[in-house]
Amino acid sequence: MLTSSRFPDPDSLAAAVVDKDRPALARALNLLDDKRPEARRRAARLLRLLPQGRLYQSGHLIGLTGPPGAGKSSLTAALITVWRRRGLRVAVLAVDPSSPISGGALLGDRLRMLSGQVDSQVFIRSLACRGEFGGLSAEVWPMSLVMLAAFDIVLVETVGVGQKEIDVSKLTDTTVFVAQPASGDSIQFLKAGIMEVPHLLVVNKADLGSTARKTLAELRATLKPAGNDNDWQVPALSASAARGTGIDELADGIEAHRAWLLQREQLGSRRRRFQAEWLLKRLDEEFGRFGVEALGGFPTLLAELSGSEDSPFELYDQLQQRFLSNWQGGLGGSRFGAKDVGDGE
Amino acid sequence: MTREKPESNRDQPWLMRTYSGHSSAKASNDLYRTNLAKGQTGLSVAFDLPTQTGYDADHPLAHGEVGKVGVPVGHIGDMETLFDQIPLGKMNTSMTINATAAWLLSLYIAAAERQGVKQSQLQGTTQNDIIKEYLSRGTYIFPPEPSLRLTTDVISYTVNQIPKWNPTNICSYHLQEAGATPEQELAYALSTAIAVLDAIRDSGQISGDAFSNVVGRTSFFVNAGIRFIEECCKMRAFVELWDQLTHERYGVEDAKMRRFRYGVQVNSLGLTEPQPENNVQRIVLEMLGVTLSKRARARAIQLPAWNEALGLPRPWDQQWALRMQQVLAIETDLLEYGDILDGSPIIAAKVEQLIRGAEAEMERVREEGGMIQAIETGYVKRQLVTSHTERMRAIEAGRLKIIGINSFTETAESPLTTGSDSGIMKVDPAAEREQIERLRTFRATRNTSEVEQALLHLKDIAQSGENIMPASIRCAHAGVTTGEWSGVLRNIFGEYRAPTGIDISTSKMAGSDSVANLRERTRKTGEMLGRPLKILVGKPGLDGHSNGAEQIAVKARDVGFEVVYEGIRLTPEQIVKAAEEEGVHLIGLSVLSGSHLELVKDVRNRLEKVGLAEVPVIVGGIVPPEDETNLKAQGIAAVYTPKNSDMNLIMADLVDIIREANGLERYHALH
Ligand code: B12
Ligand SMILES: Nc1nc2c(ncn2[C@@H]2O[C@H](COP(=O)(O)OP(=O)(O)O)[C@@H](O)[C@H]2O)c(=O)[nH]1
Ligand SMILES: [Mg+2]
Repeated sequence: MLTSSRFPDPDSLAAAVVDKDRPALARALNLLDDKRPEARRRAARLLRLLPQGRLYQSGHLIGLTGPPGAGKSSLTAALITVWRRRGLRVAVLAVDPSSPISGGALLGDRLRMLSGQVDSQVFIRSLACRGEFGGLSAEVWPMSLVMLAAFDIVLVETVGVGQKEIDVSKLTDTTVFVAQPASGDSIQFLKAGIMEVPHLLVVNKADLGSTARKTLAELRATLKPAGNDNDWQVPALSASAARGTGIDELADGIEAHRAWLLQREQLGSRRRRFQAEWLLKRLDEEFGRFGVEALGGFPTLLAELSGSEDSPFELYDQLQQRFLSNWQGGLGGSRFGAKDVGDGE
Repeated sequence: MTREKPESNRDQPWLMRTYSGHSSAKASNDLYRTNLAKGQTGLSVAFDLPTQTGYDADHPLAHGEVGKVGVPVGHIGDMETLFDQIPLGKMNTSMTINATAAWLLSLYIAAAERQGVKQSQLQGTTQNDIIKEYLSRGTYIFPPEPSLRLTTDVISYTVNQIPKWNPTNICSYHLQEAGATPEQELAYALSTAIAVLDAIRDSGQISGDAFSNVVGRTSFFVNAGIRFIEECCKMRAFVELWDQLTHERYGVEDAKMRRFRYGVQVNSLGLTEPQPENNVQRIVLEMLGVTLSKRARARAIQLPAWNEALGLPRPWDQQWALRMQQVLAIETDLLEYGDILDGSPIIAAKVEQLIRGAEAEMERVREEGGMIQAIETGYVKRQLVTSHTERMRAIEAGRLKIIGINSFTETAESPLTTGSDSGIMKVDPAAEREQIERLRTFRATRNTSEVEQALLHLKDIAQSGENIMPASIRCAHAGVTTGEWSGVLRNIFGEYRAPTGIDISTSKMAGSDSVANLRERTRKTGEMLGRPLKILVGKPGLDGHSNGAEQIAVKARDVGFEVVYEGIRLTPEQIVKAAEEEGVHLIGLSVLSGSHLELVKDVRNRLEKVGLAEVPVIVGGIVPPEDETNLKAQGIAAVYTPKNSDMNLIMADLVDIIREANGLERYHALH
């Protein structure tokens, strides 16, 4: 019904993205969001064509999480100002919740990130979480990779409370948790071990005074000192997005974590591992547990995917093919055949 | 045969005004003098949006807006022209001005001084209520804290220097226009008054015993909707609550100083585009709500015109509105009686109920940390959007009946709109160019070093925290422009964007059956196009009318769209950047300020430049029929105006427009 001419050509798209072409990046993101089989094929090719060096060795992928209203979007805006001053180009992926009833969503984070001067070196895409568990939509990973191919910094903002934080720390180099003053929730979650410990904690709204200071002290008390030199010492910082204070320090802290990762050569391996996990999750969604077993099982696949020097997306394609040919005809009712993948109910 | 009562036994009528201003100071001065000759007893100045938001006529953001919805006043020269041959020592002038109130008042004082009138003789009102700007009216500039300081500076200054001035008009009018219920109007207006009075008390600019003067000079600007009995009770509730609040919280002993003094503009939100003649009945009935009860009667009234939902009123339309007031005040026996509602148990019970509701909501605001906090967290704005959404759902489901909208829709053609001007006023498109020319001439002839000195002084004062008025009056005399005055303060105070309030829950609101069908259409179409349908709702220009954009955004979310909305007052450049980055399927622009032709063109040109020419664009707002034809000829996919009140049909249309743009068939009609 729709001609393939409506789908962009992944080869030229990849080249243009690497050339930092804004419209191309926008079209690439649309393609990665597109669930139609033809789009999926082209998306996989697009990802495969992106320079592996950029994807696994350079840039900085940052996750900003925390309860709604803590000031994540405002802090993002403040960080953008600092990064721009430092000459860095910034892309943001802002994830907002979807309505469970209608499937619709209001994507309002941009509002806080508006600046009077339009800056072409900043690119913001909003994304609805589309009911996916973990509060992160499946598109976040590939989208942040494409952004990483064109920008120095990619920041993912997600709503998160309690367990939902886990997802973003499984995607990014550095996870920052933004705490709301006078809300004990984050402290409870940390203490109970429900919440994965982030790489940085920041109490925003320092301008509120004593409540913010109190929350900061409580958070600091829950942090364990690093056991040895190899452990990252999680700092707890204080900032005010409204006043613009503490933002440089926050940017420095975030950068220090990247330096720490690089020094230990963990940046690339981390990204490859997350990549592999994400691909496995995809395979699991498409073919189910049984399918994954048939392809060799989780541990084997994980090792295969994260150890590969090729583009993991290439491997992913091969795995898909392998599965489909194995079960040609035998699995008429597979989810993959019956319905497009990733279909939120 | 008429029975007459002697003049002396009748109450004095209220002040009768017409909210007006357009094109240029000269054109508006002509209009004012004609209106005064027709028996209008005070002036009510409407400024254009650049003046209200602190931009000179030649600023890029002013493009398309100069002289459109009000008069441009860029400097002392404009202010003098505006009141040429109008003796300011005798006139009572109301100025709807907020973020730049201190500045426009300074220009007014300076113009009066040049007429040889001492400032202490001046009479009138500056609206000067910034809080409702964040909530509804949209012409704020600075963050709440410095804004409140400017508000209190104007109040402190006038209470000391211009004793007959009403320095602030706390507004619930605009809240009802944004959907507020009577209880919300009461609660938020009074919570605003508390925030302002507390700030003045704490500023130390007013000596202890003068504080009751501040309370006495505080007036209100209120709305009156079509449920006029309830509105009448609302006014009585205001009187009681204010008396109690000023007594208990501020210790004002003199009962005269505790009187609730208010002006009114009756409800315009309920005035319709279809069968516009019915608006006359509505306006007259609404006027009863604020005049029937003598104890709670308005001090000043201004009425909208029958063509409110079509566009700007012409002089004849305004005359008609003025005559409505005159007939009520002069021909009827209304002003011959004492309070005709005193003693009615039904009225008393209703008043009591409103008071209780208002007090409960005021308590909520207190819990939020006061009105300023409740603005910043978005609490109050969300409450308003929720109320408005409930109103829209009630209209949609037929629970709230509006003649011509969802009942008795059949009509003969109205002869009122068939004239060559379509029944509205058109502002001469040359107005902007001419204003810019005058501004440039003015700039060239002033003493630059005096201007620079005055601006430096203003900067020092703004930073120091001293009262802003004397430095501003000096700027006015020196020939500083509106943009320059605001520019200094923008640099020091920064600019603000208020919460949009659209992040509300609508799950408990009953809508119509079409919604399920629509969700299915949106979801299916999204699947066919590979990803959920995503739209951008954009408000380009200085227009602050956010209701339509908010309601469309909330509705679109409810039928399954992913919606990007960044609030009011964006440049075409910002909107196109968002459209590009977000990869939307459709762009909806909402413009009610009359600058749609200029703004839409600008947006389209920019879309083309970034390769998005094929993304369908629709326009909503106040768009006269011939402009609609014009826009469609330029390739705008659809135009929606107030007559398209069925938002389900709009939503079905948006899905179809996206389908067509992507080579899919339209769906069959929704209902
Ligand atoms: C309510 C209102 C206000 C409120 C606004 C509150 C708010 N936050 O929105 C208040 C009181 C603050 C206000 C103030 C002013 N107003 Co006013 N206001 C109105 C009024 C009465 C109703 C507008 C409204 O909200 N309708 C309800 C909403 C739901 O409908 P809507 O916006 O029309 O949207 C519908 C369609 O148009 C369409 N639509 C609109 N946008 C979009 C977007 C998309 C994507 C889609 C699909 C559809 C769509 O779908 C909607 C659903 O049916 C109109 C007159 C009228 N009856 O229409 C005047 C009117 C718009 N105002 C007017 C003016 C002049 C002003 C002022 C500029 C006056 C002044 N000089 O200061 C001020 C300043 C405002 C500013 N900052 O820009 C003029 C504009 C004149 C013109 N265009 O030529 C009007 C027409 C009144 C008049 N006849 O003079 N106003
Ligand atoms: N006082 C204060 N308020 C802030 C600060 N940062 C954000 N806010 C406010 O907190 C609210 C939520 O901010 P937002 O950035 O949207 O939070 P998010 O939901 O975490 O993205 C808004 O009303 C902001 O104005 C800050 O540093 N100080
Ligand atoms: Mg946010």
